[in-house]
Amino acid sequence: MSDLILDRLAKGDALPTFGVDVTATTVILGALASRDWRPMHHDHKFAVERQGVQDIFLNTPNQAAWFERYLNDWTGPKGRIGRMVFRMTKPVFPGDHMLLTGTVDDVSVDETGCGWVRAEISLTVDGAVRTTATARIALPTTPDDNPWDRRGERWKP
Amino acid sequence: MTAQDTALPEDVAALIGKVQYEKRADFPAERGYIWTSCASVQNGNPLFWDDAVAAELTGGHIAPLSLLSAWARPHYWAPGAEGEQLSLQVHFDLKIRFELPEAIMTDNTNVFYEPVRLGDIVTSRQVLRSVSPEKRTKLGIGRFWVIDVEYHNQDGALLGTESYTGYGYRREAGA
Repeated sequence: MSDLILDRLAKGDALPTFGVDVTATTVILGALASRDWRPMHHDHKFAVERQGVQDIFLNTPNQAAWFERYLNDWTGPKGRIGRMVFRMTKPVFPGDHMLLTGTVDDVSVDETGCGWVRAEISLTVDGAVRTTATARIALPTTPDDNPWDRRGERWKP
Repeated sequence: MTAQDTALPEDVAALIGKVQYEKRADFPAERGYIWTSCASVQNGNPLFWDDAVAAELTGGHIAPLSLLSAWARPHYWAPGAEGEQLSLQVHFDLKIRFELPEAIMTDNTNVFYEPVRLGDIVTSRQVLRSVSPEKRTKLGIGRFWVIDVEYHNQDGALLGTESYTGYGYRREAGA
């Protein structure tokens, strides 16, 4: 895992594509890891009969965790996410092959000197969008820069 | 979707913008949950696995940022507790208030400030931002609401903010 430097990026650059086969274990492990005990994330009968969906589905914090993992695989450990906004239009179910893709939408340096990249991410299944996300990530501006050093007024997520 | 009803009851309107359910976590941030979270998404970021990398980059171990809300969620059961222990109580209050038995989250915004460190004890508080008129969607008839959650550590440092859009609904025949 290497560290991405801000000046190596430009608007329109593609993030690597990442895919994973979602299983019931994926969904339940993610729910329990995020301490979300709601039954639609582990109880098939509840999800189908009460919620009216086809199966248990990925919970919100676990989707955030997948996005965080995806982004940090790309940036390396110095990449520090400041903001993540996502919209879930359809749940992700066991049996889905979840595909994450992304594009660099903006590259900038704020008034404190912190480098930022904005990425647009799509989570698709069979080519159909299930979740879209926008992430604002701080990246080193030089090999010696470390966004994690930023505190207080020097951190503007 | 189509609008069904534009009235917002006074008791609900009075809650908008008001801080509710300020609560200190039941347990401190610990590595078991960090590793379980990483395992759930196959996250190999050395910040969470390699002591030397964590020390060099972040001055010690931090938790994945997306795990923020987990530190404030109650145990499923605890001695003396009765009934299901719920994390986003305002969401469930609205389901009961509007008699909407089902709900789903549609939008989520996370803003991350200070990272959570091992041993941190997180305090959360909830603020209802808005409630929509009744709307019909393919899931049923219900309302959208926006709830903000703020998270601080034991020193009062802001760790992050979260904003959820939930849709509470009542299924219709054939929905």
